[in-house]
Amino acid sequence: MKQIIVTVGREHGSGGKYIAEQIAKQLGIAFYDKELLLDSVFSAEDAARYDEKPVHLLWSRRIGENFNAPEDALAHETFDYIQKLADSGESFVVLGRCSDFLLRSNPNAVHLFIAGKPDQKRQRLMEEKSLTADQAALEMRRVDRDRKAYHNYYCDTKWGDARGYDLVVNSGKLGIEKTVDTLVTYVRAYQAQNE
Amino acid sequence: MTAQILAAVIFVGMFALIIMDKFERQYVTLGSAALVLVVVFGVCMHSWDAIKNALNLGAIFRAGFWYGASESASSGVNWSTIFFITGMMIMVEGLGKSGFFRWLCLSLAKLAHYHVVPLLLCFMAMSAFLAMFIDSITVVLFLATVTLELAQILRFDPVPMILSEVFCANLGGAATMCGDPPNIIIGTALGFTFTDFIENTGVIVGISFVFVLIFFWLCFRKPLKASETARPADAVCPAPATAIANRKAFVADVIVFLIAVALLVTHAQTGLTVACIGVIVACLTLLVTVFTNGGAAVKEVIRGVDYKTLLFFIGLFISVAGLEQTGVLKLIAQFISTISGGSIKVVILIILLLSAVCSALIDNIPFAATMVPVVQSIAATQGMDLSVLAWALSLGTDLGGNATPIGASANVVATSVSAKSGHPISWGKYCKYCVPATVLVVAVSLGCLFLRYL
Repeated sequence: MKQIIVTVGREHGSGGKYIAEQIAKQLGIAFYDKELLLDSVFSAEDAARYDEKPVHLLWSRRIGENFNAPEDALAHETFDYIQKLADSGESFVVLGRCSDFLLRSNPNAVHLFIAGKPDQKRQRLMEEKSLTADQAALEMRRVDRDRKAYHNYYCDTKWGDARGYDLVVNSGKLGIEKTVDTLVTYVRAYQAQNE
Repeated sequence: MTAQILAAVIFVGMFALIIMDKFERQYVTLGSAALVLVVVFGVCMHSWDAIKNALNLGAIFRAGFWYGASESASSGVNWSTIFFITGMMIMVEGLGKSGFFRWLCLSLAKLAHYHVVPLLLCFMAMSAFLAMFIDSITVVLFLATVTLELAQILRFDPVPMILSEVFCANLGGAATMCGDPPNIIIGTALGFTFTDFIENTGVIVGISFVFVLIFFWLCFRKPLKASETARPADAVCPAPATAIANRKAFVADVIVFLIAVALLVTHAQTGLTVACIGVIVACLTLLVTVFTNGGAAVKEVIRGVDYKTLLFFIGLFISVAGLEQTGVLKLIAQFISTISGGSIKVVILIILLLSAVCSALIDNIPFAATMVPVVQSIAATQGMDLSVLAWALSLGTDLGGNATPIGASANVVATSVSAKSGHPISWGKYCKYCVPATVLVVAVSLGCLFLRYL
């Protein structure tokens, strides 16, 4: 079967990670999130600290190919790993990390973005992480701001902007499970067309 | 007035764009230079002379540019700096390819019997010494690479050693005229020699180095010593000889390096300017490369020259000339003179501390280029000794850059190399050790300046 790659961007609390995992499961292919960092030269602690974090321009400087921001070093290492996975011919679902932009010209890739309704996102975070409503709202804003800054720093396309993806869905419209089914149908349709 | 405002706006915009890092910095300074030449000098001032002075091309064709008892002071594009840096880049490219730096690091490690604490002190001393003659970026690049390699084999945390090395590289660079770009700019623009720097900033740096050595030894001796117990018994480090790819090229390149050092140390006596030394060193390196590695290798050496940095310098000098020729820098000089109340002590304090703080946060090269005409103006209007102000500026810009990971180019390179190898150095980790060390060396420098010159 021909290679299929699904890149999934997501808003925090939208259920994007769960949706991506379910897509991988239903398609019977690998899922990469933190798994992208397993072979990193960074320690697990440092990788967790700098993963998908934006570079702060005021605190960073570039000299030729050298950039002092550790976030940038980890980002490029992750990008190289994603590219290597894609080049290996393996089929997989990958979460975030500018994979939509990195693999934009790969004919076997489908690029998805999962948004969500603010109330539902907040509720989900409160339940999953035992947060208060205020804490959940704050975390949503902080994580989305970081993801947006991270994506927009490395990519020409904008985070969450429909023009950079094949399909942008609001997981709150159909609910998580039906969204998974819809997206799997979409990916399979593309796969069949691409065979 | 319009020209002054425009020149200042262009300069501030240039700085902002460099910080934003959206465009490569040489494009930013060259774009800023073009605006200065066309809008400030052409449209506002209608001054062809201002354009000629800023480009300063005539300087290259004067005998004093190549030969003279001391560097001829100049404004506009500092071609002496450009020629010298180009020559040194070519020499360093040759040295690097021959394996000299790696060989030196591995030899020192062997000499220290691979004991980590003596290795720390050796690498600090070597970093400071090499940076006196070679740009600190190159020194740090090679040292950090070998440190990371040894750290992996000998199982120690390379971060303390990298921090010490980069600090000492910046410190060593402050000792001589050719060690750090701000010193080359200060020396060539104000007409100082290599000996002038060694006798003044060199002595102060020597004293500071002792303090720094003790400081980092106190900070890092315990964790490094502890790591030796965790070292595997079968750890084998690469032999120094493995660093040398071509023995003939290695020997020849080392001889060229020694000639460069000799020419620099004696340039006040021989009358050869740093621009001339840069050209001689470049020609010798290329000749050596042809004879030892063939014509094709020459192309590789020339390709290794960092043209982007040279273009960055050219654009920067023209942008600073915009501030200089419109009188903005005179206004800054007047402001410093006014708040100092004509006291040289206060002026030295302001220049040293201002340079140190600014260099810790922004690129010290544009800062030094901007401040050179300012100290010239202060010395002329207040009747102060220009050399003392120059040493304060040199020490402030070179040492202040040590405080943060973005203060000097060498810091950026070291932290980047370290991060790529899985040893990220955060601002917190960097500043925890380097801010106190910077405060220490700036205080020592201030004390030395006051005791010796006032």
